[in-house]
Amino acid sequence: MSDAKNDPGSTRAKGPGDDREELAQEYADNLPAAPGTTPDPVVIGERRGMFGASSGQDTTGYGGLRSEILLPGASPRPYGGYFDQLADSLERALVGGQASWSEAVEWVTVDRGEMTIHVRREHLVPVVRVLRDDPELRFEICTGVSGVHYPHETGRELHAVYHFLSITNGSKRVRVEVTCPDDDPHIPSIVSVYPANDWHERETWDMFGIQFDGHPALTRILMPDDWPGHPQRKDYPLGGIPVEYKGASIPPPDQRRSYN
Amino acid sequence: MSTASQTTRTSDPYATSGADVDSAGDARVFNASGGDWDDVVEEASALHEERIVVNMGPQHPSTHGVLRLILELDGETVTETRAGIGYLHTGIEKNMEFRNWTQGVTFCTRMDYLTPMMQETVYCLAVEKLLGITDRIPQRASTIRVLMMELTRISSHLVALGTGGMEMGATTVMTVGFRERERILSIIEMITGLRMNNAYIRPGGVAQDLPRGVYDKIRDTMPALRRGLGELEALLNENPLVKGRMEKVGYLDLTGCMALGITGPVLRSAGLPHDLRKSAPYCGYETYDFDVPTRTSCDAYGRLRVRIDEMYQSMRIIEQATDRLQADEPGAPVMVEDKKIAWPAQLAIGSDGMGNSLDHIRTIMGESMEALIHHFKLVTEGFRVPAGQAYVAVESAKGELGCHVVSDGGTRPYRAHFRDPSFNNLQAAAAMCEGGQIADVIVAVASIDPVMGGVDR
Repeated sequence: MSDAKNDPGSTRAKGPGDDREELAQEYADNLPAAPGTTPDPVVIGERRGMFGASSGQDTTGYGGLRSEILLPGASPRPYGGYFDQLADSLERALVGGQASWSEAVEWVTVDRGEMTIHVRREHLVPVVRVLRDDPELRFEICTGVSGVHYPHETGRELHAVYHFLSITNGSKRVRVEVTCPDDDPHIPSIVSVYPANDWHERETWDMFGIQFDGHPALTRILMPDDWPGHPQRKDYPLGGIPVEYKGASIPPPDQRRSYN
Repeated sequence: MSTASQTTRTSDPYATSGADVDSAGDARVFNASGGDWDDVVEEASALHEERIVVNMGPQHPSTHGVLRLILELDGETVTETRAGIGYLHTGIEKNMEFRNWTQGVTFCTRMDYLTPMMQETVYCLAVEKLLGITDRIPQRASTIRVLMMELTRISSHLVALGTGGMEMGATTVMTVGFRERERILSIIEMITGLRMNNAYIRPGGVAQDLPRGVYDKIRDTMPALRRGLGELEALLNENPLVKGRMEKVGYLDLTGCMALGITGPVLRSAGLPHDLRKSAPYCGYETYDFDVPTRTSCDAYGRLRVRIDEMYQSMRIIEQATDRLQADEPGAPVMVEDKKIAWPAQLAIGSDGMGNSLDHIRTIMGESMEALIHHFKLVTEGFRVPAGQAYVAVESAKGELGCHVVSDGGTRPYRAHFRDPSFNNLQAAAAMCEGGQIADVIVAVASIDPVMGGVDR
């Protein structure tokens, strides 16, 4: 640090204010776009409380201290990087198949250098088949499915997030996200296309209760067979008991004070 | 058998006779025949009489922890293999949702307990990607991460060879393997204070800089380690017993690997030089000089040789990383400059081992009110990560270790999912074992190198 101060040419020898501005700009670039700038950021919930107030919101408490939790929404073209070419290839490869691009794809998000294709669940299998088989796409490996539970996103509570890797095309990656409502938790299985997804889908069924239709044996894999509930859903409690330490009682982790 | 059943059927010894009916009066008489039981019995007796279902595990010395293999045997031949897992499920992913972003490291390091640094790094890389500070991670922190990951890779491979050898009855391989691993763990302990469960790599960099004298220790250890590896090679490579047990055992060719999504040494033993350190470099791996060893035998022996060769390559990387770290100017940062992310982990060596840094305490308690506020906010509340999701993968000792994290803009992960390579690769157990001998099951499973802590999480 002291060396940097002595050297006027060094990038670190700036005033603290410059640095902070630059940092703020960088964070702003990285933050999901503010409402209105992209067509539709996805609202997944609402945050309440006075911690973490940002972007000049009311912190007096009279406004209820609410802020929406926004995930990045649809990105406009061009996506940048190899994503445009990937989207073009996928669109072309889907022609003449079971579903066209506009039927199968809800929207595309490009965020933090990663591409997410939101696919309607009924068209998942033809889309991933094309992802694997088309020579320009050739995503040989599906590195599994990860469930995410958004209890406040009505009608789209459960998300299944697939990640694909193309070894042939230089370790390109793409993410496919599929949603299903809580009261109809069905998503077609892609085990027929990617046999490796067998255990991953069982895990997601076990943890989130998403039923993968067409899976050869969709049984619990990590929890005991007779376990009630699906532990990684947000409405499932973490569990735990208070621990006494030096006379004080420490509540279990999910009941401690949280600043979220 | 057939004549006996014929006679049984024609003259049923349990059939009611006139005397029974007389003595029982109107009461109903039950007997043990009828229904479709004859068909069931016939089907069971049609199968080979030595067909047997064996549960290998979950408590068995050669199933690498609490793996349960359900084997259907015909004599000594395995006709069906199923792997039952979940006996070590600890809910780490769920627990991480209830701790702040920095504390997550403490949890994920315990997944695959042989490669703690890999989980820590992949998680930190994912969090840094969400924060958008990937480019701001100091060079020295990345180099330390590389050093720690390669040390971990060697120690993990040594355990894979050692336990794999022990399961075949080669106890010396195990003692040599663990002896050499101890050298690595002693370096890791010197740097992090712990042999495993380190929580050393943190979002933003690493917890603290390397201690004094560590370069000498690494340089002293490497020749000894090289000798030890030579000993292992002399024991294993051309050993007719090892080759007899491992060659053409656990066969899985490239097609099988691709279909089952296999990565790591198993994939490289099928001839494909896929290594994320080369194909999608992270932490500056593109600047290191190393090769990706492959074999084309597709069997357990090929995987053994791939692992041995990889250890030598890791040693090359360790030597380059050590040179770079030693050439760094003293006091080069190992944590991101932004104090709103950099967890205050400056520790000092106290009389009882690790302790708080008195300098840091003096600053926050005596000199700067702002520093105290910062410390308090960061330690109690943590930092916020902009909403979104990221997936980062690193080449663990076992294959692609992926981390999918989702943030809702809060101080804790909304969801953290780990794609553990062992979890995926263990699916190949059936393909590798079915049709082989029961003794080969142990060799085949050992060649996958599953660690149940990672598989079950």
